[in-house]
Order: sequence, then structure tokens, then C-alpha cells
Amino acid sequence: MLKELRPAVVSFLVLTLITGVAYPLVVTGISQAVFPDQANGSVIVKGGKAVGSELIGQSFSDPKYFWGRPSATGPMPNNAAASSGSNLGPTNPALLDAVKGRVQALRDADPGNTALVPVDLVTASGSGLDPHISPTAAEYQVKRVARVRGLRAEVVTTLVAEHTEGRQFGLLGEPRVNVLKLNLALDALH
Amino acid sequence: MTANGLMQIGLYLVALLLLAKPLGGYMARVYEGNLPAFVRWLSPVENFFYRLCGVNPGQEMRWTRYAMAVLWFSLMGVAAVYALQRLQGMLPLNPHGFGAVTPDSSFNTAISFVTNTNWQGYGGETTMSYLTQMLGLGVQNFVSAAAGMAVVVALIRGFARHTAETIGNFWVDMTRSTVYILLPLSILLALVLVGQGVVQNFAPYKTVAMLETIAYETPKLDAAGQPMKDAAGNPVMEKQTAREQSLPLGPAASQIAIKQLGTNGGGFFNVNSAHPYENPTPLANFLEMLSLLLIPGALCYTFGVMVGDRRQGWAILAAMTVMFVGFLAAAEYYEVQGNPAFTPMGVDQTVSATQSGGNMEGKETRFGIVNSALWATATTAASNGSVNSMHDSYTPLGGLVPIFLIQTGEVIFGGVGSGLYGMLVFAVIAVFIAGLMIGRTPEYLGKKIEAFDIKIASLVILIPPLLLLGGVALAVMSDGGKATIFNPGAHGFSEVLYAVSSAVGNNGSAFAGLGANTPFYNTLLGLAMFFGRFWLMLPVLALAGSLASKKRIPAGAGTMPTHTPLFVMLLIGTVILVGVLCYVPALALGPVVEHLTMIGAH
Repeated sequence: MLKELRPAVVSFLVLTLITGVAYPLVVTGISQAVFPDQANGSVIVKGGKAVGSELIGQSFSDPKYFWGRPSATGPMPNNAAASSGSNLGPTNPALLDAVKGRVQALRDADPGNTALVPVDLVTASGSGLDPHISPTAAEYQVKRVARVRGLRAEVVTTLVAEHTEGRQFGLLGEPRVNVLKLNLALDALH
Repeated sequence: MTANGLMQIGLYLVALLLLAKPLGGYMARVYEGNLPAFVRWLSPVENFFYRLCGVNPGQEMRWTRYAMAVLWFSLMGVAAVYALQRLQGMLPLNPHGFGAVTPDSSFNTAISFVTNTNWQGYGGETTMSYLTQMLGLGVQNFVSAAAGMAVVVALIRGFARHTAETIGNFWVDMTRSTVYILLPLSILLALVLVGQGVVQNFAPYKTVAMLETIAYETPKLDAAGQPMKDAAGNPVMEKQTAREQSLPLGPAASQIAIKQLGTNGGGFFNVNSAHPYENPTPLANFLEMLSLLLIPGALCYTFGVMVGDRRQGWAILAAMTVMFVGFLAAAEYYEVQGNPAFTPMGVDQTVSATQSGGNMEGKETRFGIVNSALWATATTAASNGSVNSMHDSYTPLGGLVPIFLIQTGEVIFGGVGSGLYGMLVFAVIAVFIAGLMIGRTPEYLGKKIEAFDIKIASLVILIPPLLLLGGVALAVMSDGGKATIFNPGAHGFSEVLYAVSSAVGNNGSAFAGLGANTPFYNTLLGLAMFFGRFWLMLPVLALAGSLASKKRIPAGAGTMPTHTPLFVMLLIGTVILVGVLCYVPALALGPVVEHLTMIGAH
């Protein structure tokens, strides 16, 4: 019964060194050498200042910006240090109220717009940090952003098109627009 | 389902099945000690390691000794992971100064990672130091998977050998699984993931300025740190603003690679592979999903090679794949339907070329419905439990699929090792049922299946429902179990059903609204995970021992071939029937009632 104790202890310690120390260190070393930007969070730097990460969504509620996916993180939305979804079930009244409120907020910010609201604009993302919206959701907001900023809609449409990523290799995932990058580009227009 | 959706799913299945043969063949060589040249140079290191451990790699074990080795090794793991969490405040590599994890949460997490469940009651980026993640959780990601692989190899030897006393050497099987299979694949996957944007560093969290200042409210606290209430009993709120965002970092990629490959599933961050730093692009998502079922699928081929009849392996893989596709179709169908309550609010849930549409609550834009439902199906078919969307927000029947998949015993691909050994037990039951129908003694792979074997197989099949339904009953009858249910109504019951299923099935995914980081759930689920793992593993080893000792009997006129479509259907029927008989009443009370409520209201 105790015969297997020594191998258990020794193998556990040695495998801890291999898989718990050597493995992450080797991967870190290679990553830092080959992919330094990605390995350190894909940070966007503007004028020497870190203004966000291209992978982590930020919260927007000003009508002059494109809005991203709603975020259920606490205590503030898009809290990158505490990722979370809403976990609201499909029949939970709290979910229905939240969606109703978001639809209303979008309508209030853009009273003339009678189009149906794209679902990804009114449902919380899984991570609470989704950096993207669908091209439909971007298009829905073009007129509002153009009006508030005093730009022609075509200018904004072009900018959205430039920031729309297709499916990876034309096949994988979904087409999407990076909200932070798009808003940074909007600000750079002025 | 769009043409693109079908192509994404098709590509996934094709890649999975194409890789089964080369990887499965490689694994068979590793376990038979016939190492290919590109890893043979490691042999001296391996032998030095055995000398250090005092292990004679040539000396094989009877099943009892093999089981003892598994238990000692797992015990070491529990002790180490528990200690690391309790002491992390005093240990290095803790840039955020996280204190000791509570005793009940530490117990739960230690069991969780040693049993290859990786249920997470805690949020990674707010609880665990980098050291705990690497030395505790990361190590178990490898070795708990390796232990599962060792046990299935022992069972396969039981079928492959005859009149033998022993079923292999645990230390050799476990070490080879880690060093020759899991480690190289993990290094490869981790590096590709970093290239896609998964973080890998030892830096503290990085603070960045945000474009827009966020206004939000938090409950105002009194001097004692308790939330203040106004005269009407409502919490008093305080206005706050945030101008900065704190980006979580750490050695994530190395851990994510093995959490997928080892069907562990424990995320580096709270939301697991929904987090953009854990799963940043559709390619990263594809590779993480592929690695999730890669080894379980390939082990079927390994099985075929080791028992000397590859058709047997293909038959098992075929049964798994057919069931997988069926469940996947259901999950995709219900998630694409979206939420009928949103439509009257003027929300557009249609699928088009420029939006994924469907039920997007809890899902990420880059993955859409197709890849979210595909992941949810794969992660619960296997005992992985990682998620790239929040299952709690699935439509009722879309969410039924992962629950039922876990309840089928995770034998559809299943965990690395544990999936195949579970499936082989179902195969034993299937030939037994067929034997009853035609009145002959059942045989499988030249082994007569006798009373002892059927008793053992029955245990493996009946213990999980006992633990699972008993656990759910206990939770919904006690205050501690009901206190932290998050969603109201039938969905709340589904949360508890999911949690206990996940623990017993060693899955680890959740309807995460349930507040599971409480002494009640940490204890209940900790025990469920422990028994769900070892009460199945030990009978499986006993079965391996029994099979190995039997004589091989030549196939006769009354032998049912077990590589034919007929057997594949029989196996599928057995798995589904046992699952349905055990769990339909419980599923009816949760997801089914909720579905009827939802469609009834609209």
C-alpha cells in the first residue's frame, strides 16, 4: 500500500517543475520574443499613451460614439478586471426589462430611426468585454453618429466599412466591427 | 442554418476525424513503448525520471496496485492545490496581493482540478495568484488528464491481453501521457494562441485610459462596511465615475492550451474562453474547440490499434460522432430561434450576412450562434467544461442539450481517457443486452462477459444517477441550496440540476448564475466531483483486471460482430436509453417546463 507513496511524491514534484514551471516559462519566453504585442495584451498606443486594448471592449453611451455590446460586469460596465456575463435566463423578467431599457435608450438617442434594433446591441455579451458589434449593429448607428458629429453619413459609412472585419479566412467566425478602433478613428477625423 | 454555418461545422468535424488516425496511432506507439524517432531522444530522461521515483518501468501492476498508485498520486494533487491556495498570500508571483482562498473554496477547487472537472466557484482574475494558477491548477491540468488517459490504457490492455495478471504500470502510462502527448501539443497550441492575441506574461494588470468616462453607481457603505439602506429599505447608491480600465494579464496561453487539450476546462479568467484575452479570434476559437475533442477522438483509434482490430475503434468513434451531430443540431436550432419575448420590443434577431442574429444574450459577436452552440455541445460531450458563451442564458431547450450531454455520462468523446473508458463500459452493457435478446453468453473483443463484469459495468452506469439525482434533491430541499439560485422559476431548478450534473460528470461548466462559492455548494459539489471520478475509476480498473485475466475465445457462429453499423446503433441506443430513463423527469421539471412557459407566453 505504501509502495506507491515514494513514486507519488517524487513524480508529483518533478512533474510540477516540468509542467508548472518550465512549461509556462518556455512558452512565455518564446511568446515575448516572437509575439510581444499580442502576448502583452494587444494594447493600442496613441501619442505615447495606452488608450485601450484592441481585444477589450470599452463602454460608450455618448451619442457621438458607436455603442458596443451591453456589459454585465460589476460594479461598472466593461470592467476588464472582473469579466462576467449577465447569466440571466431567457424567461427572467430582469432580462426582458434590461432589453426593453436598452431598446429605449437607443431610440431616445436617435428618435428618427425606426429600423429594428439589432439583437447584439441590446443583449449583454458573454465576457462583458466583447470588443465587437455586428456590421448590422454598426449600420444601425451610422445616421446618429453622423448627425451628432455634423458629418455626412457617407463619411461615417466609409469609416465603418474600413473597420469591418470579415470572417477569418472568409470562413470562420462572424463578420464584425471593432467599436473602440472605430471610435478612435472617428475622433481622429476632427 | 446558413451555408457558412454548415461549412464551419463541417470543417470542424472533418478536421477532428482526419486527425484521429495520425494522433491515435502515435499514442498507441507511445503506450506500447515503441516511441517514434522524434521523441525517442527523450527516453534517457524518462528512464532517469523513473530511477528518481524508484519505479521499475518494466514491472507491471495488478489492477489493485494500479488503483493505489492513482489514488496516492491524486491525493498528492489535492494536498498541493489546497495548500497553494491557502498560502498564496505569503508566496511569490502574486502581483495583486490576493489573500488566502477560503477553506471551503480551496477544498472545492482542489478536488475540482484533481478530478479533471475544473469546476470554478471562484473568478480567476480576482482570486488566484499567478503562482497558484501555474503550480497548482496548471500542473493538475496536465496530470489529472494524464491519469485519465492511463486508466483507459489499462482498460484497453484488459481487452487486448488474455490470461494476464497485470494491466500496465501507472507511473509509466501517466508520465508518457504527460511528456509525449500533452506537453508537446500544449506548447504548439499555446504559441499559436499567443499569435492570435492570448496574453502570456508575468506583468501586473495594465491600466489604460478609456475614451469615454463611465458613470455608474455602487451601494453606499456605512462605517462598518455594510450597505446602507434608506427609510424604505432600499439600498442607498453612490455615484461613481471611472476613467481607466485595468487590463488583466498573466501566463494565460500556456494554461489555456492544456485546459483544452486535457479536457480540463478551468479558465484563466472568470468567463473562460468567452474572454477576449483567452479566446480572441475565430481561428483561436476553432483551434481551442478542436483540441477539446482531439485526444478523446484519437483515443478511439488508439483503442483499435491496441486491441488489434482497428474497425473496433472506428465503430466506437462512429457512434460518438453520430450522437454528437444529433445533439449539435438541436442546440444550433434552438439558439438560432432567439428569444420570442424580444420580437415585440422591436429587436431584430434574424440571421443575415451581416449579423449572426439568434439568442445573443451571453454570446460574443466574433463567435455568433454557430460557434457558441458548437462549443457548448463539444464541451459537454467531452468532460471539458470550458465555455465561450454563458450557458445560463441559452434558450431552455438549447440549454437542455449541454445538461443532457453531461448526464449521458460524457461518453460522446468524453474526457481524455474517462470518455472512452465510460463508452467501453456502455459497449459491455450493449453486448450484454444483445446477448439477452438472442439467448447467448455475451462476448466483446474475444472476452466472455460474465456476471462479475456486468456487476461492475452496472455500478459504473448506476452510480452517477444516484449521486446526481440525490445531490439535486438535497440541494433543492435545503435552504443552503436554494439561497443562491439566481434565476426565478423553472430556470432556477435547471441551475441546480446543471451544477450537480456538472460536478458528478466532472465537466465543470455551469449555469453560472447559481452562486456556487458558498460553503454548501463548495462542499456538496466537492464531494460529488470526488465520488463522480473515483467511484467510476476504481470499478473500471477492476473491470480491466477481470478482463485481462480471461482466456480469449475465438469468434463463433453466435458471436455478434462489434464493428458493424448494427452494433453502432445498438451502442447509441444503450447510451441514449440509459440517459433518458434516468433523467427525463428531472429535465422535464427544468428546461422543458421553462420552454413551455416561454412559448406559452408568446
